[in-house]
Amino acid sequence: MPTQSVSVADVTTMAQLARLDVPEEHKEQLARQFGDILAYMDVLSSIDTSTVEPLYSPVLHKAAPRPDIAVNTRQREAMLHNSPAQNSEYFTVPRIV
Amino acid sequence: MNTVYTETLISLRDKLAAHEITATQAVQACLDRIAATEPALHALLAIDADNALAQARALDAQGYDASKALWGVPVTIKDALSTQGLATTAGSAMLAGFVPVYDAFVVQKLKEAGAIILGKNNMDEFAMGSTTEKSAFQVTGNPWDMSRVPGGSSGGSAASVAACQCFASLGSDTGGSIRQPASLCGCVGLKPTYGRVSRYGLIAYGSSLDQVGPLTRTVADCALVLQTIAGYDERDSTSDPRPVDDYMAALGARRDLTGIKLGVPQEFFGEGLSAEVRHACEAALKKAQELGASLVPISMPHTNAAIATYYIIAMAEASSNLARFDGVRYGHRSPAPEQLQDLYVKSRSEGFGEEVQRRIMLGTYVLSSGYYDAYYRKAAQVRRLIRNDYEQALQHCDIICAPASPVTAWKAGSHSQNPLEMYLMDVYTLSLNLAGLPGLSLPVGKGEESGLPVGMQLFGRAFDEATLLAVGHVLEQALPSFGLPAL
Repeated sequence: MPTQSVSVADVTTMAQLARLDVPEEHKEQLARQFGDILAYMDVLSSIDTSTVEPLYSPVLHKAAPRPDIAVNTRQREAMLHNSPAQNSEYFTVPRIV
Repeated sequence: MNTVYTETLISLRDKLAAHEITATQAVQACLDRIAATEPALHALLAIDADNALAQARALDAQGYDASKALWGVPVTIKDALSTQGLATTAGSAMLAGFVPVYDAFVVQKLKEAGAIILGKNNMDEFAMGSTTEKSAFQVTGNPWDMSRVPGGSSGGSAASVAACQCFASLGSDTGGSIRQPASLCGCVGLKPTYGRVSRYGLIAYGSSLDQVGPLTRTVADCALVLQTIAGYDERDSTSDPRPVDDYMAALGARRDLTGIKLGVPQEFFGEGLSAEVRHACEAALKKAQELGASLVPISMPHTNAAIATYYIIAMAEASSNLARFDGVRYGHRSPAPEQLQDLYVKSRSEGFGEEVQRRIMLGTYVLSSGYYDAYYRKAAQVRRLIRNDYEQALQHCDIICAPASPVTAWKAGSHSQNPLEMYLMDVYTLSLNLAGLPGLSLPVGKGEESGLPVGMQLFGRAFDEATLLAVGHVLEQALPSFGLPAL
């Protein structure tokens, strides 16, 4: 596991990937915090996992398949109700093309 | 105190059944209690007084219905759970003003059982926090000492229950968010087995960890609420189809702890545990022995890796789950974005708080190309080792006992500048979520130094909530009651 410190440039990349805009003046503090947190995560590197299968979910049963039937559970009006911008038929966004 | 609102849920139910009190009186008592305590406590983000009273009057007009387990019982709900027509924010400015168009499965179950929803409880934003100080809207006090935190992230739920604003609340637990606030506020809190309770309508944080569960003032109350919300739901693919045990019958069937083996893991009682929490837990274990239980020393060797494992997995899953908040379909939209990318970035940056942004960025990082294997896959491998520790330990005992928090409730503001320091406080709760097993947090006494509540956890085998509740009930009856906070 890498134990590198986190740079301001790394924080910029992480923010871009996460679609977040971090103010320049906060980046140094975040880099320090991320560095501390990731250094702490390094405790895992001392554990031998070479023969261990990853456990991604603790589910103990096989998800039962069910018929793929389309159900109209919600009406358009209700679903558009919480949208910050809509035209009563669709969600609207800034012009793309 | 001896008024309607200080009754236990079971005792209220009995009085409703015996027509000693009406549903309207029960709701009004809670609303009066909310009016008296809420200006200082700040446990609720929404109060649905008119609807609650209207429902209570309707129930009274129809007459008591014994087929409804929670007929006329006033409850509150953590704001991470969808409530149709009632604002649901998950404690985030991102969802300010959001009004769901459907009920969460558990909310639907409560309503079908005749419960009356009084309001929505404050929480750390998107359940990311251990103090409820990370709510975008308000800071909740601890009913035992208002200068202290109620724990989190279901801190509003625990504070409401402890302050007798309601008879039960539902919380969610991703890494201890039910059990730790229950402990800090002197309540009972239960995280069910992964798959026992549907998460349909729960605003997702860490999907392989999240479970919904009750917070109550007694174990019997907890059993009744769990009975109501447990069960299969085809709308949650992780929902388990096996039948639900009869928890109330399990409580009635056990008088003492004869034959029960309680595992005491050395790793949970070592360095970092405060003396007063240790003493209160040890006194409870001694009481359990007097009741017939035997104590078995056990070891869970990967405990020291649990925090790192948990935070890698939880942050990774959070970064994925919270990608849906983009300012298009619901939630905050930045005013006048220049183009679509700008809409996403600005809406998310304005809508999410600092801690949520921190976790999304770290989650994005551990999933990114070049780091995935070193962090996310590695954590998933260690997760299996942690679950193996639990499985092996539970071959030697019926229940594993552990403190719920290393210390009693701490002063608000004391960890706000150091996120890592805050993460370390979750040491005793989060490995259970990695294993997917059930855990009950039980008030076992007050700290000799602080005079504040101490909770002890009981961890059990998968889908064996019945044993946890039965053992917790016996222990609760035998331990000295420390009453309710003087608010």
